[in-house]
Amino acid sequence: MVRFIIRRLLEAIPSFLGICIFTFLLLHLVPGGPAEVAIGPHYSPARVAAVNRALGLNKPLDVQFGIWFWSLLHGNLGTSYSSNQPVLKMIGQALPHTLELVVVAIVVSHLLAIVIGTVQGYYANTWFDHAVTAVSFFFWSMPLFWLAILVVLIFSIDLGWFPSGGITNVTAIHSGFGSYVAHTVLPAGTLVLATVAGWMRYMRSSMVDALVQDYVRTARSKGLSELRVVFKHALRNSLLPLITLLGLSIPSLFGGALVIEEIFNYPGMGLLFWTSAFNRDYPVLLGITVIVGVLTIVGNLLADILYGLVDPRIQYR
Amino acid sequence: MIANPIAETKIEAAELPQPSRAWRRFWRHPMGGIGVAGLIFVILFSFLGPIIYHVSPDATNLLELMHAPSLAFPLGTDQLGRNYLARVMVGGQLSLIVGFASAFGTMIIGVAYGLISGYLGGMVDAVMMRIVDILLTIPSLFLLLLLDAMFQPSALVLTLIIVFTSWFPASRLVRSEVLSLKQRDYVEAARAFGASGWHIMVRELLPNVMGTVMVATTFQVAASIITIATLSFLGLGLPPPTPNWGALLSSSMSYMYQGAWWLIYPPGIALLVTMLSFNFISEAMKSAVDVRL
Repeated sequence: MVRFIIRRLLEAIPSFLGICIFTFLLLHLVPGGPAEVAIGPHYSPARVAAVNRALGLNKPLDVQFGIWFWSLLHGNLGTSYSSNQPVLKMIGQALPHTLELVVVAIVVSHLLAIVIGTVQGYYANTWFDHAVTAVSFFFWSMPLFWLAILVVLIFSIDLGWFPSGGITNVTAIHSGFGSYVAHTVLPAGTLVLATVAGWMRYMRSSMVDALVQDYVRTARSKGLSELRVVFKHALRNSLLPLITLLGLSIPSLFGGALVIEEIFNYPGMGLLFWTSAFNRDYPVLLGITVIVGVLTIVGNLLADILYGLVDPRIQYR
Repeated sequence: MIANPIAETKIEAAELPQPSRAWRRFWRHPMGGIGVAGLIFVILFSFLGPIIYHVSPDATNLLELMHAPSLAFPLGTDQLGRNYLARVMVGGQLSLIVGFASAFGTMIIGVAYGLISGYLGGMVDAVMMRIVDILLTIPSLFLLLLLDAMFQPSALVLTLIIVFTSWFPASRLVRSEVLSLKQRDYVEAARAFGASGWHIMVRELLPNVMGTVMVATTFQVAASIITIATLSFLGLGLPPPTPNWGALLSSSMSYMYQGAWWLIYPPGIALLVTMLSFNFISEAMKSAVDVRL
């Protein structure tokens, strides 16, 4: 197991390098460099040259990359052009909020998808199955940002149950943990609604496949209860495609979190990325892309380990 | 010997290329007809609608601000007194055109890349797929925002940006199909006759991945339309004044607290109907050509 993890981490190094080089090139090959942004309205060629010198942007591209990558390895992602703060500090403040949204979405969506999908697969082609399929198609087709708007409209404006944005109560001096949770319910809930439909459909079809397999027939003929057959024998095997899907859907979860953070004004990495894109704040954009890439690699590794825990046929060597 | 129902049905489908049978199965699927009808409705609404309902979507009228739907304004008016029905109709045009164009671009690049990678195999395949793996670890929305911020997008630039960020999954899909197809006898036979690699890729392999490609294309059109709407919603899509559904929703958010429900529902419902239609069509196609995605 340890050797497997080490081997996978070593395999991840070229991917990590690739992400760094790709993002760096993408940002630096494009005209209208950051100097114009840093200077603002008092724009002149001489000042652009001066700023380029100060930021090191006049050096050859490979030297620039070398400098950036070397400091990245030392945990320094540079300084934001627009706020003059260290990029790592800005990401450090925003990342926990995003992770919270994504992790809550993964856990809650999976629990819901597994339970509903299993029942749906077991009762395949009944009215229950068709009704759930109709509902899941509806949510699956719903544009995420419109869903978020409707959630705000219904649960915040009309019913007034939860706040519609931010993470703290502005008027209260000490808004405790309860307020924090209340601010997280709607954004996290929206992400759950958006992701659960697809996973549920996956779970349903892999459950349908599992229920006709020989080992299920064997389990039944041993006289095990239906509950045991479904939730122990069939479920464990039909979880495998779901785990693969989880690894694949991590990047789109971060994308979804970005949209949700923008609508709910939720101070996570997506919101930071969005404002930085408007400001052309290159160090922040570069830093976030690299961090998200690393998180995806780690997430895939975790999914692989989980795969081995669920599937008894796989042994790590 | 090997109990794999998926592989067996695929062989059957590959050896009996009967488009008419797949066609019939498509129409017999309950979702097929509904999806096609929905899509035709959306296209007529966006393209024929503005010709029949001949009202300018951009004409402002400061005497008629923020009206709820009435006989004079079937979907009300917005904050500048513009006719909202006209705006929602026109709003579909660019979304649909850019959506279709970028989906076809995406599939062309993805299919070509997957065909070459899968057919050549070995080292080339390993390197080509590693590149795709790396690009797939960056969330496409982040890449899109990055590119969108760097180039001020017109419709054409937006199409290219979407193509650039969404061809990776298609290439993977085609490559894995090709890997199994190229072991088949007919490929072996073509090679024995001295067929060139080009001939085998285009004439032998390509027709046999078309079923998968068609299903993936419908998915991709839906995904592209959502992407355009999302980018416009985030304020980085197509420039004003031409309305589009995402931008309409984005500006309607400011009037949410004033109870302007007529600004929020129509563009969203238009998007939802479009998405539902495409998802129905791809579901029916999936069962008609027997592919799993």
